[in-house]
Amino acid sequence: MIETLAANARVVAALGRRSVMQTLRRPQLAAPLIIFPTALLAIQTAGAGRAVSLPGFPPVANFLSFMLAGAMVQSLLMTGNSGAIAFAIDMEMGFTDRLYATPISRASVVLGRLAATAMLGAMIAVYFISLGLIFGAKIHEGVPAVLWIIFLTSASALAFGSIVAALALRTNSASVVQGIFPLIFVVLFVSDAFFPANLMLEPASWVAHYNPLSFIVNGIRQPIIDGWSLETQLKALAAILGFGILGFTLCAAAMRGRVRRGL
Amino acid sequence: MSWQSSVATIRVLVRRALNEITRVPGAAIPGVLAPAIFFLGLTSVFGSLTLLPGFTTHSYQSFLIPVSLLQGAAFTGAATGVNLARDIEQGWFDRLLASPASRPVLLAGLVLSASLRSLLPATFLLIVGLAVGVHWPGLGGLLIALFLVMGMAVVAATWGTSLAFRFKTQSAAPLMQVGMFLAVLLTTAYAPLHLLTGWLQTVARINPVTQVVEAARQGFVGSVTWGDTWPGLLALFGLAALFTMLALRGMRRMTL
Repeated sequence: MIETLAANARVVAALGRRSVMQTLRRPQLAAPLIIFPTALLAIQTAGAGRAVSLPGFPPVANFLSFMLAGAMVQSLLMTGNSGAIAFAIDMEMGFTDRLYATPISRASVVLGRLAATAMLGAMIAVYFISLGLIFGAKIHEGVPAVLWIIFLTSASALAFGSIVAALALRTNSASVVQGIFPLIFVVLFVSDAFFPANLMLEPASWVAHYNPLSFIVNGIRQPIIDGWSLETQLKALAAILGFGILGFTLCAAAMRGRVRRGL
Repeated sequence: MSWQSSVATIRVLVRRALNEITRVPGAAIPGVLAPAIFFLGLTSVFGSLTLLPGFTTHSYQSFLIPVSLLQGAAFTGAATGVNLARDIEQGWFDRLLASPASRPVLLAGLVLSASLRSLLPATFLLIVGLAVGVHWPGLGGLLIALFLVMGMAVVAATWGTSLAFRFKTQSAAPLMQVGMFLAVLLTTAYAPLHLLTGWLQTVARINPVTQVVEAARQGFVGSVTWGDTWPGLLALFGLAALFTMLALRGMRRMTL
């Protein structure tokens, strides 16, 4: 039993390492995670930076401090999407078929991909926090906040990634997975990733108040701009758990479907 | 080649490019939907910016729609570069180069098709915008905005084709798209110039696309004047001339 678990853990680690290296080596996979969110962060911070003086805007050191969490979550969603695209390409090219022919569990193949997504999530947090600090953002709660944010981003990437991985497993098609890219922005725009929900226009403001993505954004943002609140962090953890349970359930169903279809 | 033959060649190339809309509708849908999603999303998120002292209008939808129109045109134009890279990869463009058609005629066919195709996302976006409360710009304001949209598509198409001739691969697609995406957003896209902060204010001031945005915006947020129109037209013609020269040079280098 323990030997089997150890063997599967080694497979997950090896596949995870391969996936991380694949993302870092291919600019078309790495660019959407870094370049696009960084460009949008820079433009929105300078373009809408005076919004911090609006009545009702939460007290922040600067707009960049406020925007960091939104940029991280945007990048995490793209990481999940990008990982699932690479996974679908692996399936299209027959790489996963060769893995299924070896004596390892099918779940390990999926978990390997998701482990990489979680790892990339942590790297994204480190990147954006470093970028923020260089350009004048303040982390209100210091080092403990940084460690907590790395944990939240890593867990969120795993949860988001599992949902898109389920789509890749179900459809076997990279172009279908790529097609949900605009949906990422729809979900982001109706959360308070880029602006406080109370200052957004209706109906986006109403949706943002109940959007679980807002809970995750606020969980990451609060220790940066304000301080700790147990309620906010519990909401963030609950939202991540909810996305994760949904994603893993869908993955399990998709894998059962593949076995039934003889894939 | 006579001018009648040149016109006929351009017409055929334009028709071939427009056929893609009906034959591969899935390829056109993202280019139509993306600017509309960004428009609706950004207006919902940043709509309260109009409450800032000195903001030039009370309707953020009216302020933002020209940016989304130009973004749609830019993406459509960049897509022409991607399609050309595909044609180069598959060897189809080599056959065009072997034909008696001149290089400027081949480029004109590509660029004009992009210009016409840009009206598709623009029409969709205008319908969505007017439905959610964008101020009617008047016939003059609308015609100027549409002319600038078509011109922006020409700029983006010549930019895209010059990169396609340079790299000869569809892998250059992100460069074509990101270049145009940044050119449109590094302007007064989010707020008037005096309300931008830091480096963006400097970049927006020297970015010629800012003049295009302001010219397209005038009818939506106020009245149309020649003084606000000519800088946009000048910037557009300048950019189109520059990238046309680069594209033609790239095409000549392909045949060396």
